[in-house]
Amino acid sequence: MVNKSVLVVGAGISGLTAAIEAAETGFEVFLVEKEAYLGGRVARMNQYFPKLCPPNCGLEINFRRIRSEHNLRFLTSAEVVQVAGQEGDFTVAVRQNPRFVNENCTACNKCAEVCPVERSNEFNYDLDKTRAAYLPHSFAFPTRYVIDGKACLGEKCGKCVEACAYEAIELKMQAREVTLKVGAIVWATGWEPYDAGRISAYGFGRFPNVVTNVIMERLASPLGPTGGRIVRPSDGKEVQKVAFVQCAGSRDENHLPFCSSVCCLASLKQATYVLNANPGAQVAVYYIDIRALGKFEDFFAKVQLEPNVTLIKGKPGEILEDGQTGDVIVVAEDQLARKITQERYDLVVLATGMAPSAGAQVPLLGLDDRGFVAPDQVPGIYGAGCVKRPLDVASAVQDATSAALKAIQSTVRRQLNG
Amino acid sequence: MAKKIGVFICTGCSIGEALDTEALARVATKEKKIPLCKKNAFLCGRQGAELIKQDVVAEGLEAVVIAACSPRINYDVFDFGPSTIVERVNLREQVVWSHPADDEDTQAMAEDYLRMGITKAQASELPVPYLAENMVKSILVVGGGLAGLTAANEAALAGYRVVLVEKEPFLGGFAGRMYKSAPSRPPYTDLEDTPVAGLVADVEASPLIEVHTKTTVARIEGGPCLYDVTLEKDGQPSSFRAGAIVVATGARPYDAARLDRLGYGRYANVVTGVALEDMAREGKIQRPADGKPVQNAVFVLCAGSRDPGHLPYCSSSCCVESLKQALYLKEQNPDAGVYVIFKDIRTLGRYEEFYKKVQNEGVIFIKGEVTAVSEDGSRNLSVEFADLLLGERAEAAEVDLVVLATGMVPSTVDYAEQGAEDCPAGNVPTVQQPVLNLAYRQGPELPALNYGFPDSHFICFPYETRRTGIYAAGSVRAPMDLAAATEDATGAAMKAIQCVELTSRGAAVHPRVGDLSYPEFFMQRCTQCKRCTEECPFGAINEDEKANPLPNPTRCRRCGVCMGACPERIISFKNYSVPMIGNMIKAIDVPEEDEEKPRIVVFACENDAYPALDMAGLNHLGYNAWVRVIPVRCLGSMNLVWVADSLSKGIDGILLLGCKHGDDYQCHFIKGSELADIRLSKVAETLGRLQLEPDRVRMVQVNIMDYDKVPGILDDFAERLVEIGPNPYKGF
Repeated sequence: MVNKSVLVVGAGISGLTAAIEAAETGFEVFLVEKEAYLGGRVARMNQYFPKLCPPNCGLEINFRRIRSEHNLRFLTSAEVVQVAGQEGDFTVAVRQNPRFVNENCTACNKCAEVCPVERSNEFNYDLDKTRAAYLPHSFAFPTRYVIDGKACLGEKCGKCVEACAYEAIELKMQAREVTLKVGAIVWATGWEPYDAGRISAYGFGRFPNVVTNVIMERLASPLGPTGGRIVRPSDGKEVQKVAFVQCAGSRDENHLPFCSSVCCLASLKQATYVLNANPGAQVAVYYIDIRALGKFEDFFAKVQLEPNVTLIKGKPGEILEDGQTGDVIVVAEDQLARKITQERYDLVVLATGMAPSAGAQVPLLGLDDRGFVAPDQVPGIYGAGCVKRPLDVASAVQDATSAALKAIQSTVRRQLNG
Repeated sequence: MAKKIGVFICTGCSIGEALDTEALARVATKEKKIPLCKKNAFLCGRQGAELIKQDVVAEGLEAVVIAACSPRINYDVFDFGPSTIVERVNLREQVVWSHPADDEDTQAMAEDYLRMGITKAQASELPVPYLAENMVKSILVVGGGLAGLTAANEAALAGYRVVLVEKEPFLGGFAGRMYKSAPSRPPYTDLEDTPVAGLVADVEASPLIEVHTKTTVARIEGGPCLYDVTLEKDGQPSSFRAGAIVVATGARPYDAARLDRLGYGRYANVVTGVALEDMAREGKIQRPADGKPVQNAVFVLCAGSRDPGHLPYCSSSCCVESLKQALYLKEQNPDAGVYVIFKDIRTLGRYEEFYKKVQNEGVIFIKGEVTAVSEDGSRNLSVEFADLLLGERAEAAEVDLVVLATGMVPSTVDYAEQGAEDCPAGNVPTVQQPVLNLAYRQGPELPALNYGFPDSHFICFPYETRRTGIYAAGSVRAPMDLAAATEDATGAAMKAIQCVELTSRGAAVHPRVGDLSYPEFFMQRCTQCKRCTEECPFGAINEDEKANPLPNPTRCRRCGVCMGACPERIISFKNYSVPMIGNMIKAIDVPEEDEEKPRIVVFACENDAYPALDMAGLNHLGYNAWVRVIPVRCLGSMNLVWVADSLSKGIDGILLLGCKHGDDYQCHFIKGSELADIRLSKVAETLGRLQLEPDRVRMVQVNIMDYDKVPGILDDFAERLVEIGPNPYKGF
């Protein structure tokens, strides 16, 4: 008996796409996401290049597709722990981690109002705090609260239990295991920002005004910790002079030997964030090559024309801090001017690359030398999106759409042949 | 007979505390004469939902009006099956969470929303899916290159019949002429055989794929599941029906003859990358001028690309292709001197490791700009260039071969046939190459996005173009390399399959996937004004010779732009129509002038502006309580009669909240918000005739993240209306 359902692991833009495309074509789909909300990394982006449009717009359409799609069921706070079987007949063990809030939750916010403890808000890359009972973010889908089990004081506190009029809070909730039978699997667990702290010469983690590109997205977001004001983490001062350091980790044998594909455009986009917030600001981009494929070249050309944007060919050797002012100083060779430069900035943004995030140690998953899901390793299991290779959003969506077809083929293959 | 309706009011989430729900219930029972009206403190809980379910069954309710939270929440709880109409009245996010509790204006707002919701439920009918005779699910693939072969093969592997059409006598296309392809798998350092030969064999062996070579598409009529396709081979037509179409006609190299400054056409030893590929495939790369061996070669990247005088865009694949060809030379002669002059080396992703390998093989990379190419008496070339890193002019002398990495031009346009004036930098070329020959009122080919590529404008939805059921794939859609084209074509095959599956059930495709409603035309009142046929963003409506609209429901995306365009209001959906919204407006209780409580109707795009209003509520941002929000499928579905309806009802102002339009438009129906803006500009005249101030009608572009700005937009408009004074038609 060939199972005609598809499991999609990861509900970022790739997983969402693969799941929805397959479901809308008429296949039963299970979508498993480790976070408490769908949307993954893109939900934490402020705008997409080159249109400078908000990711929540497309996510809203995707969530509406999920709302009206009976073929698709999703599990949040859930992780795949084991995969067994073969193409057409996989058995998948999924651990459903406790959310401590059940489906009765109406998102009325009463639990957060009474919760006495705070937790670091990982959605905003720990730049602010939420209560232990919290909504992951304003656009969170599903619109349901979560309790951080590590921060929560538990039943001895229990204030949220009292405050909830809907019996939605279950502080005793335990992890449980769910078994899914599926015919094919799309692995779309995405990427994580390369750990910038490992590039010791750049001072990330030591100098507060050295941030990464993903943090910059939160600083620029109206939903972020600063309400969209781009300020220095050290003193909250509005930034006047910002440097972007490209290939922070990427194209580097000691870190990520590959190119992360999106960082050039991401930094050019973030340059527009800085200039839109403060037209008088100065932006410098230190680069090796500017990689703007296809029509992205137009966006590059547009940003390049901005009088306050300077492109400097050269990879900085070192970043220093002026301990008194908190300013950061970028030391680099300007290769076109053929001189060593030392420039002082309010803020340095490291364009950290994409490291694949294959997630759980599932033995069946074929990973390549760099930890990406390799093509054609296991029949019936398909990588999609940035867990396969670094991709921009539109390319990840295309890739995920193609992975959905591959998965569908797996579920019909034996029927066709048999 | 009137529809059997039940009204259910939730008093949870502060609704009960903030509002007089008894008074609210009386709106339903007394005013609207709905006998069944129940309140529950936790309507979305198990018991609440069960209560509704029981009444649906016991009372035979055809529609339920749920006055509770936003329709974006608890959609699954309040789903009572396909035969029950559900209308949600958003009391939570858009009333009690954004307005003061226990307040006369908040109460009035809630009551109006309930009136409007009941009115809508009364007017709404269950859609009946559009199903035609002889709907088919086979896929037509136009183009037999890598992308077309892939699309055909992948669709067949999922069990679908495919007709593959190729104009040349053989399959394989551009990639079929390649000697090798760049690495596609770990360790990403080794050249590979192209996948084309294997694909051709698979396609030719597949029982589900019918291949037509030396064939072109002469004509395509109809729509998804109903495409009547006429092919032409040797002047002989043949016809069949197809369900969806993948366009994979590929790209052409940019015309190198225009690059004479680089010596092409003047010196035989200046060749294009394509010519080098031919030599490599034939086994010997040599100087074309005299057949002498190649001891050294210079690759010139961006030959035409990234050049405002030629192709302003990047052709995406030339860097990697040139690296590959540099290895051909090294493979043939390890001692050959190979130089690559580049602007930027664009080896994205894992190609970076290939770049490293090519560097290690001894290929020299120079960031520079070529200024001139010349030839000496022995036909050796000399390449002059600015070396940007050394900051000096330099010359490569005694060069055997100069290889131009020419860019890509989509096969759907013909640059050769047009002068520079047809293709000013950054503009879409005007001369189209016929590929599909669609019998569409809005033109025979896919509309181009930019530079002639029929690409999608949507980052989140890269397969969404303006012709439903027709998906462009591969380098015709955007410049791309082999690996990207393979993925793109597989995705396009997926979208084509999905389209035939949805369409054959009468359901819409993206973005209103699954919508079973479709526009119906009351033709007796049509005045042949052509607005619907011109304005449909998807070219869904054809015209007969008398200019009557001929709708093609399977091409329709259900945005309602036609409904908004029609001055005679003859276009309606079963669950969305001009009178329905008109009646909702009329259901608003407009206070007398002396009460000094203006009323504002807000038409809000349901994908962006409406969620932004919800978010304002979720964040408890207050705004003016005079507004009455009506979500619309797209602002383009706004019919101007609604403005008249509002003003004659005594409404003081009308505000349209829609998506950004212009070059970076965000409207998911492409032209909807722009059309609304255009229509609105024409309203000023009408207002003048009625002696009303044009400022009473305003449109603001917002996106979903503008929830923090929306309250200010509403308040600002309300203030302006106070300045203008009340609508003089109030009370008439």
